[in-house]
Amino acid sequence: MSQHEPAGADARSYLDRQGAGGLWSWIGSVDHKRIGVLYLTLMVTMFWVAVTIGILMRIEQWTAGPTIMQPATYNGLFTVHGVIMIFMFVVPGLPAVFGNFFLPILIGAGDVSFPRVNLASWWFFVTGALLAVLSLFTGSGAPDTGWTFYAPYSLRTGTNVSLAVFAAFVLGMSSILTGINFITTVHRLRAPGMTWHRMPLFVWALYATGWIQVIATPIIGITLLLVIAERFFGIGVFDPAKGGDPLLYQHLFWIYSHPAVYVMIVPAMGAITEIIPTFARRTIFGYKAIAYSSLAIAAFGSIVWAHHMFTSGMGEAANLVFSLFTFIVAVPSAIKVFNWTATLYRGSIELAPPMLYALTFIFLFSLGGLTGVMQGALALNVHLHDTYFIVGHFHYVMFGGTGFAFFAALLYWFPKMFGRMYCRATAVVAWVPLFVGFNLFYFSMLVLGLMGMPRRYFDHLPQFHTGHSVATVGAFVLVLGLAIFFGNLVKALFRGERAPADPWGGRTLEWTLSSPPPVENFAAIPTITGGPYAYNPGRKA
Amino acid sequence: MPFLEQASSVSQSVDSVFLFIFAVSVAFLLAITFAIVYFVIRYSRSRNPEPVDIEGNFWLELVWTVVPLGLFLVMFTFGWTNYRQLKDPPRDSMVVEVTGKQWAWSFKYPSGRQTSELYVALGRPVRLELKSSDVIHGFFIPAFRLKLDVVPGATGSLWFTPLLLGSFDIQCSVICGVNHSYMLSKVHVMPEADFKTWYFSRDDAMRHKDPVPAASPSASPGPRPTVAPDEPPALAMLKRHDCLECHSVDGKTGVGPTFKGLFGSVQEFVVGEATTKTLVDETVLIQGITDPGVRLMKGYPPVMPKRELSRQELVAIVTYLESLGTVPKR
Repeated sequence: MSQHEPAGADARSYLDRQGAGGLWSWIGSVDHKRIGVLYLTLMVTMFWVAVTIGILMRIEQWTAGPTIMQPATYNGLFTVHGVIMIFMFVVPGLPAVFGNFFLPILIGAGDVSFPRVNLASWWFFVTGALLAVLSLFTGSGAPDTGWTFYAPYSLRTGTNVSLAVFAAFVLGMSSILTGINFITTVHRLRAPGMTWHRMPLFVWALYATGWIQVIATPIIGITLLLVIAERFFGIGVFDPAKGGDPLLYQHLFWIYSHPAVYVMIVPAMGAITEIIPTFARRTIFGYKAIAYSSLAIAAFGSIVWAHHMFTSGMGEAANLVFSLFTFIVAVPSAIKVFNWTATLYRGSIELAPPMLYALTFIFLFSLGGLTGVMQGALALNVHLHDTYFIVGHFHYVMFGGTGFAFFAALLYWFPKMFGRMYCRATAVVAWVPLFVGFNLFYFSMLVLGLMGMPRRYFDHLPQFHTGHSVATVGAFVLVLGLAIFFGNLVKALFRGERAPADPWGGRTLEWTLSSPPPVENFAAIPTITGGPYAYNPGRKA
Repeated sequence: MPFLEQASSVSQSVDSVFLFIFAVSVAFLLAITFAIVYFVIRYSRSRNPEPVDIEGNFWLELVWTVVPLGLFLVMFTFGWTNYRQLKDPPRDSMVVEVTGKQWAWSFKYPSGRQTSELYVALGRPVRLELKSSDVIHGFFIPAFRLKLDVVPGATGSLWFTPLLLGSFDIQCSVICGVNHSYMLSKVHVMPEADFKTWYFSRDDAMRHKDPVPAASPSASPGPRPTVAPDEPPALAMLKRHDCLECHSVDGKTGVGPTFKGLFGSVQEFVVGEATTKTLVDETVLIQGITDPGVRLMKGYPPVMPKRELSRQELVAIVTYLESLGTVPKR
């Protein structure tokens, strides 16, 4: 697709020492690739913090009654687990790491449009993360409201809600700046000949995501500031005791937080769409359907927020409309699943580690999507809402979906990013406990939810005991898989074999660069003459 | 639903929606999984070294857009129609007022009788009017497939006809504070005749006693205290206002400090950022009940909800606390 020759091995890589070197050459760098690696480092750290909290909660549920902690601690833990996982791992996950690193390269650009804003958004992210961690250990204890901060409880609790909410606000700033940067980059910095329909589909996904971030995030920002104002000055917007409306809070919260679900999943779908053609050695099936379904998800995803509120008593007309839209937004996701599957047809498939994880994504995401469809049906939602079913469902989508896509993308692009190859066999070995543990854990949650186990419960009734025990065993198996997976990559960073420029036989622009890429990406900006997945030019069915 | 009885008129219509969507989902998931596994094997690099580019197929893509859309619309319609049924209570329903507060439920019958567990007659429709006196709670009876958020400042409504005899769990489904998972109760479904006997009984002992004595030992695993018949009135007040969910009168440490020996002791309090030592007298105690945010006893979580008590109640409680023995140190 490109006239560009692979960059010579003598070009200085972005990992090579720059200037005086040292820490500042990283945390003060405006190179999109270094910023991507900064995000990766911080996010994987926060991921492990939240995993540790998750395991503590699973140990607590091993027996009924207090096992290793008291209720106040447990309520703090599930809140912080949610805040960290959502605001510091799943939402920024793929865009901040792989978007930053690969978006400019995939469209043949030297960097994003606003490199310094890009660095600023990382610093916002660090500040938000520090504030969130600070909220755990200062004041009168970790917030205990759940990551949703529902009023009026969030207005009355004496725990550290204000600081945690402010942390989420700062993290939102980071997200908005990244969104603006990506949209502008896609509009302004495409290489000559890189028309919209020649862009890799990961770029389409990032573009759609950018719009959601820019349009929806300010709403949560304002809402969270209102919570702080209400806590300090008692302005009474949400507190019914002062004439406020608690449902207004829920609407405002979900107007952002539901589209945020698509910020989490759409880039993941984009990464999967890059991986499957590479290992099937053929072009993607239905390029335009996939590209436009990303936009359709972004658009329809903005008008389904109140399906989180079917049992809130907001009114039957609202329930009717939001249930209908919820079913409609499921269609573009289904289309993508069919397109990925059809891309395997008559390909020449290599089941390399990234492909294994990508196909696992399709399975887990489908299961997560279908359990979501169940909750879209009003009669059924009444029973399932606020139970473990919903917890199981969103872990299938967010962890089985976005998480596994993150793992697949990491396996796919790791040799490019760091110039080292991990042990492929170990990556496959890690898959076994990851897959088995995952399903043992979260499928148990689905069953517990059907049986009526409410979420955010410190203690459980005897009939839920077996399910909780199985889930805890699954959680430990899952963590074993995570340890093997990340251990393999960390080892590869230091001792992995040198990776070639194109270990997988990819056709998109990043594989034309040396591994790791040169500081300036392209020695000369390439001219694009064809589509992104031209594996077999001239041979079509 | 697995492992869950269909104990009310609502259960069946919820479960039928579940079974329909579940069947479609299983079929879809199996088809996709089978297709992926088959393609990976059939078109593996060793079997099929020469791939073929297929850029799309309009008709195929149209089919897999329209067919799921149609199926989804059927699911939507099914879910909506069955949901509508849950919203039209029969006119002859018995109305019970349900109040949720941190962290207990109370039920008030048309006769004025008040209980902490719900008693209903088999086959007789019941309409619940739900209110909250503090934060949002969620009223959830899994066996009945019933749930509604209980929002302060609003009144929610639910109805059902109980179809099975027995006792079923009521749980709070919306996080409402430290003892959220102990905000439990039971609904007891009795034969019509038994219910009438209980409901119309004028016998005082009967009125205050639950007709189904301690339904099962697992009914309330939370720290729900039992009270002797000759208890002081102030102790009954403490129980009624759910104080004993967190505080004890015998020196045991709970979520909050024990009442035993509290009066007249000197305790460390966190006021804003500062820590001060204060004598626990009448003023401190009353403010602790009516406006607990002002000062927090050191070492305890800031979870005490505000309680609105009458002046007489406050005085009675303070006097009672004064009568409780000496100080345990923490």
